[in-house]
Amino acid sequence: MMTITKPGLLTTIQDSGRFGFQKFGITASGAADPLSHRLANLLAGNDEHLPTMEMTMIGPSMIFHKHTLISICGGDLSPTIDSKPVPLWRPVLVKEGSELRFSVSVRGLRAYLAVAGGFQVPMVMNSHSTSLTAKIGGFHGRTVERGDEILFNRPGALSRKIMSDLKTKLVHSFAAGKWSAGKPLFTKLNENLFIRVVKGRQFGLFTRQSRDSFFNSPYTVTSRSDRMGCRLAGEPLFLAKKQELISEAVNDGTIQVSADGNPIILLAERQTTGGYPKIGQIAAVDIPLIAQAKPGDRIFFRLISHEHAQQLFIEREMMLKEIKHGIQLKYL
Amino acid sequence: MVKFYSMGENAVLAEFGTKINESVHKKVQAAANLLEIHKQDWMIEYIPAFTTLTLFYDPLKIISAEKRIRSLPYEFVCRYLERVFKELNSEKVVPARVVEVPVCYGNGFGPDLSAVAKINGLSEDEVVKIHSSRDYLVYMIGFAPGFPYLGGMSKKIAAPRKKTPRLKIPAGSVGIAGMQTGIYPLETPGGWQIIGRTPLEFFKPHDKEPVLLKTGDRVRFKPISLKDYQNWEDKRA
Repeated sequence: MMTITKPGLLTTIQDSGRFGFQKFGITASGAADPLSHRLANLLAGNDEHLPTMEMTMIGPSMIFHKHTLISICGGDLSPTIDSKPVPLWRPVLVKEGSELRFSVSVRGLRAYLAVAGGFQVPMVMNSHSTSLTAKIGGFHGRTVERGDEILFNRPGALSRKIMSDLKTKLVHSFAAGKWSAGKPLFTKLNENLFIRVVKGRQFGLFTRQSRDSFFNSPYTVTSRSDRMGCRLAGEPLFLAKKQELISEAVNDGTIQVSADGNPIILLAERQTTGGYPKIGQIAAVDIPLIAQAKPGDRIFFRLISHEHAQQLFIEREMMLKEIKHGIQLKYL
Repeated sequence: MVKFYSMGENAVLAEFGTKINESVHKKVQAAANLLEIHKQDWMIEYIPAFTTLTLFYDPLKIISAEKRIRSLPYEFVCRYLERVFKELNSEKVVPARVVEVPVCYGNGFGPDLSAVAKINGLSEDEVVKIHSSRDYLVYMIGFAPGFPYLGGMSKKIAAPRKKTPRLKIPAGSVGIAGMQTGIYPLETPGGWQIIGRTPLEFFKPHDKEPVLLKTGDRVRFKPISLKDYQNWEDKRA
């Protein structure tokens, strides 16, 4: 169990998403950066889809009441225990009674904290994810607040093996594993992001100038971004002919253009359908980078084919499979 | 003819027409029924809309199951859907369910009823009569949990959105925006002209059927008195 001593800016419990209910208008939710979420779980010896804690920009603080195996992946929100920095992308055993404190982000925007066994929160419509708009899922359908006591499920066999290994090294308040995984997948994360995009369904409806600007000028992440979408500002994008479009489904990574000409990249808390023109679709492998982009960061869109995007996706999934097997092999 | 478009590495959009009408709607419904019949373990879910149906799928399941097929997942899914949709027959779509929705018009629940009447040169009673005298087709659910896009409202009671949206519209509010009418399943901000409120719950996240309306249903509004409304609420409690 943990007790929250400081809530952070926006801290929620998320799993890999709520699927099967989008036809009823129910948001898929889930981790905005699914890659860091899955890696955090793998490093804690969990199934990759168990609920983790997503924190944004300014992280929370919490006390662990028992020895707990954790892992932190994604943005670097300066985690410390007893003023000593806690490393990311590794399994970490935290001593009972220790307080883990996150602070302001120094790199990236969202960090994911996995605990061995996963957070114990009820399933709502097949998912543990919090939807703040529908006020369901996660921890009582809301953000985590000071004084909340959050339970964990019993760690599985792999987590227990990692724990007993780290226990021998536990002298002070925590012990970190010697091996790490996932960090190289985020080397491209900095204030100039090159993001791969496939043309959207309405790409051809935009003016020639808009189509040029989209691929040749940078777009800046604005502070109005949230879990629903990363809102950008830059050269405005306009349709050649003003027209009302018919609402249809949207996806994570869909780039919609609002009436003022600014693009919005949809993220996990997006609505299920939308009526704005879609200029592009972010390659699935680059969605984690968008979820980690901070206000002020600049995005440069690079056109790729849909075939290429699919190949990148398959390669990425194979890499994750290798990481998963690699961790299992260490503890055979 | 069905056209396919990629919507990312895990979704394909099938387009059945380019205009909003009942015949295209029936094709979308027929396609959804076919997907229920021809369910595959790589299918995750689908979202029907006015003229399109979007299928979400798991590309990894396709790769591991279809090792012999050396195509990419999207091409595989398109080919599969092309085959399945050959059977598409919108005549087969079963008649829609009619859902009666009791509404207490005006009475403090519909602060904009008088404005809608005034805009159209009608009395409030006439607006209520026109609004509740026909059935509305649920073309799609979207925007919010259980929010129905209803078609078929009379032009006589059309009214533009409010210039300044309200910060809070209570759940169950029935409103008009342009040529559309709708019901707010959740308390949200919104710019629709609110003419009444229903005591029915449109979003119940902990029930087996979390939303009241489904795509293809027909909605019939039934005017009820303030007393009836309160009785409904008491029954619910």
